[in-house]
Amino acid sequence: MTKRSIELTVNGRLRKATVPPRMLLSDFIRQELSLPGTHVGCEHGVCGSCNVVVNGQAVRSCLMFAVQAEGAEITTVEGLAQGDALHPIQQAFWEEHGLQCGFCTPGMLATAQELLAQNPDPSDDEIREAISGNLCRCTGYEFIISAIRSAAAKLREANTETTLQPV
Amino acid sequence: MSKHLKSNVIPPSRQRETPRTGLTWIGQSMKRVEDPRILSGKGGYIDDVSVPGMAHAAMVSSPHAHARIIRIDTTKAKAVPGVIGVYTGEDMATVVEPCPSFASPPITQHAMSVGKVRHVGEVVAAVVAEDRYIAEDAADLIEVDWEVLPANVDLETSATATGDALLHPDDRDSNVALDESFSFGDVDQHFEQADHIIKRQLRWHRSSAQAIETCGVVAQFDPFKGGYTIHSNSNFYNFIPFVIGGALRVSPGELRIIPVLTGGSFGSKVFNHKIIILTAGLARLAGVPVKYIEDRLEHFTNSDSHGSDRLYDTELAVTEDGTFKSLRFTVMDDYGAYLQFGVGTHGNAMAQVTGPYRIESFGMRVLAVLTNKTQQGPYRGFGSEVTNWVMERMADAAAAELGRDPVELRLQNMIQPDQFPYMIPTGNIYDSGDFQKVLAEAQAMFDFDAWRDRAAALRAEGRCVGIGLATCMERSVYGPTEWWSLNNRETPGFTLTSTPEGITVRLDPSGKMFVTLNSPMVGNSPETVVAQILAERLTIAPEDIVFNYSDSQSGFNGVGPQGSRFTAMIAGACVSASIKLEEKLKRFGAHMLQRRPEDVELRDGKVAVKGLKDQEKAFGEIALTSSFFRLSFPDGEEFDSGIETTAVYDHPLSTDPAEDRSHLGIFYPIVGHICHIVAVEVDPGTGKVDILDYAAVHDNGTMVNPRTLAGQVWGGTANGIGTTLSEQFLYDADGQFTNPNFAEFAMPTANEMPRNFKLGHVETPSPFTEYGIKGGGEGGRLGAPSALTSAIEDALSDRGVKITSLPVTPPILRGLIRDAEQATTG
Repeated sequence: MTKRSIELTVNGRLRKATVPPRMLLSDFIRQELSLPGTHVGCEHGVCGSCNVVVNGQAVRSCLMFAVQAEGAEITTVEGLAQGDALHPIQQAFWEEHGLQCGFCTPGMLATAQELLAQNPDPSDDEIREAISGNLCRCTGYEFIISAIRSAAAKLREANTETTLQPV
Repeated sequence: MSKHLKSNVIPPSRQRETPRTGLTWIGQSMKRVEDPRILSGKGGYIDDVSVPGMAHAAMVSSPHAHARIIRIDTTKAKAVPGVIGVYTGEDMATVVEPCPSFASPPITQHAMSVGKVRHVGEVVAAVVAEDRYIAEDAADLIEVDWEVLPANVDLETSATATGDALLHPDDRDSNVALDESFSFGDVDQHFEQADHIIKRQLRWHRSSAQAIETCGVVAQFDPFKGGYTIHSNSNFYNFIPFVIGGALRVSPGELRIIPVLTGGSFGSKVFNHKIIILTAGLARLAGVPVKYIEDRLEHFTNSDSHGSDRLYDTELAVTEDGTFKSLRFTVMDDYGAYLQFGVGTHGNAMAQVTGPYRIESFGMRVLAVLTNKTQQGPYRGFGSEVTNWVMERMADAAAAELGRDPVELRLQNMIQPDQFPYMIPTGNIYDSGDFQKVLAEAQAMFDFDAWRDRAAALRAEGRCVGIGLATCMERSVYGPTEWWSLNNRETPGFTLTSTPEGITVRLDPSGKMFVTLNSPMVGNSPETVVAQILAERLTIAPEDIVFNYSDSQSGFNGVGPQGSRFTAMIAGACVSASIKLEEKLKRFGAHMLQRRPEDVELRDGKVAVKGLKDQEKAFGEIALTSSFFRLSFPDGEEFDSGIETTAVYDHPLSTDPAEDRSHLGIFYPIVGHICHIVAVEVDPGTGKVDILDYAAVHDNGTMVNPRTLAGQVWGGTANGIGTTLSEQFLYDADGQFTNPNFAEFAMPTANEMPRNFKLGHVETPSPFTEYGIKGGGEGGRLGAPSALTSAIEDALSDRGVKITSLPVTPPILRGLIRDAEQATTG
């Protein structure tokens, strides 16, 4: 199979690679870039565990080919924390017990990033709607909703005090 | 007490730490120790494991429910560049034996089929290749010729099948693998004397956990040592070497099973023995390390973790005044093609089959029926979620037939707070409880009377609004007799009675406390729980504790998170370890302080002289001195260097089943209690159910961490909502499983969850466990189906709809409504 060269930015770092055209973006991120924080739950685009932020939008990395990400800016869960400081959304998930096994969490975090970038003060129903494309089998979602509500407040506060933007 | 229980003597309590107020760490909603690494993407799940030279496996699965394998042609697959090897069941049988089975006599199951397949998805061949893409390409090129056999899809039909429709004709001449009857107490007499006999046929269809992570294995075989190194997301890694060593033809000590962070289990990853045997066999055949991660289709069709699938013919004997005297049923269970755990799910249900009620006797006939479906395995509740639902359906049915208020009738029959420990007819005990208090709190939280009036008013307007209430048991901390106590008495099988949980604690010279656990993290909070309990018992800060997980060779006894046992069991191990460590710390510290051990105490992470403020030595200083300065202490092995201990906690309260099975002994005695109340509205035109309001009150004894417990309750309730309203296994007449994917197997999303979920806790401490802790990992799913079913029936009470089967998906419920309408209009 003829390989194709691609260039994209992942977590702020320019990455160049040669990949088979059929390689899924999820496999590319996990295996070629050694970023295993992006999880594959169903590989048919339903569960949302593999969500990553591509050009500001949360997308299913199992439904994209790596070659389609040519030139894209991608943020995975590994790109959120700064050193030992968790991103405010991660911090809120920790404080509000928004995770149990953690397998769906990176996808939830990606969805939450997109939501909060577009809507800094979402209602609970808007949060529900936003994460309704992400399956979680552990939490019953209640604490995830609390976490995103809390993250929104943290980000709003940070934005008034500094220039920190949601990723 | 009924005379059949006289020989079942309750052992004395071994509790050392009594329940009490004023604790520092126990009872705090501390943030989880586990979370930062998981949140930052560094958890380390099974698919994150990579070892040098690792190859990848892809499977060829059966498209038929029941067929003989005539020929497998692997020629084209072997020719694909990048393929290392292609193997069939015959090849696999040269390196592994059949899978272990708790059924007795066992039913033969191969990790890779030999000669015949018995369900869709059963593996018949595998490709090992340089990457998964190549392996899947090659797997597509494998040609299999089949002779299709009659498929057994229906439970009752399969029970009478003969000839080619027999699943295991070499082992047995019937698809009924087990048929046993039991009578606990004076069942016949109670039914003869009953004023009313309430009868219902109740059907609970299969469900499954479907954790978002599937099962996976990375296996390596070392031909020189003759053993395996295996990474697995099993819950049970310190135990399974003894279960699967025989199948892998090695001694258990030659199996090194390394745990990983597990992406959800809910029972579905308790053993994982088949996938371990399969992958290990491939690694041995291919001569390279092999990774195999199930895809979602494989997890649905071949992971052996479908839940109970039962048909009950149930009778409840009731006196004129509404007293429940006796319960009996015949239950047929569709176990699928094999019987890995025997009828352990029915053994489990015997822990609380009579619910919270003073029912004096119980009788059962259980039939395990084999069909051409994926075999059953554990799913949150392990069979007790079904009997909870059966008991609550019968309580509602009794109320309806006697014209009684369902809540009052429940209260009339409930075990009273002064009756504990209470022994139920099967011989299990309920250690403690206050069911009336749980009910009262739930009613208050829900504003029950107001809601009932509102629902009645809305029904009068023609809306289908109803209230359901369930009062259920949540047994916790299992003893393993449940696996075999219902087996034939002549061939009970592997009659084990141990479920220990161990821990190793070492105080490092740096002052950190290093803890090694013997059970994996599966979404529970093992590190947080241990941090809170050790911090409590040893007066240290939780952040000074560092966690590790043993592998099966370096570890000690561990049974893992299952049966809501882990928190109570590891608490026992923590207390045992703390007692030993305290003694050592005091011995060394007292010597350093030039005092006697009896004159010092533990205080804020220090050994301190009683009654004196500044006379103290920090644990770190003691550990450092004892590790590096041996000559500072007297001779004698009690001053051997270093401060470390390994401790184990055995089941706090269990007894053997009676020889004649007149009772089953005490095996699941640490009981919680739950009350769920829900208001629903049914759209009669579509059958869709909306949850309008929901309250749940759980009593799990002393809470270690209220927030993580709440997470368990919410999650379990979500599972119960899915089981009741949306998740369905669809099989066609040929045994095709037609919806094995997340698009068509409808698990609840955030939108399906109740908006206004109210959660409360009552704490009735156990008199038998440390600090009075009870397990709480399954309660949501043990209560939600009963409450929801009751609410839906109430909502449709004017239309005469009875709910006797789950799930009630919108099409199913619309069908019931239509049938009722047609029956009325004639």
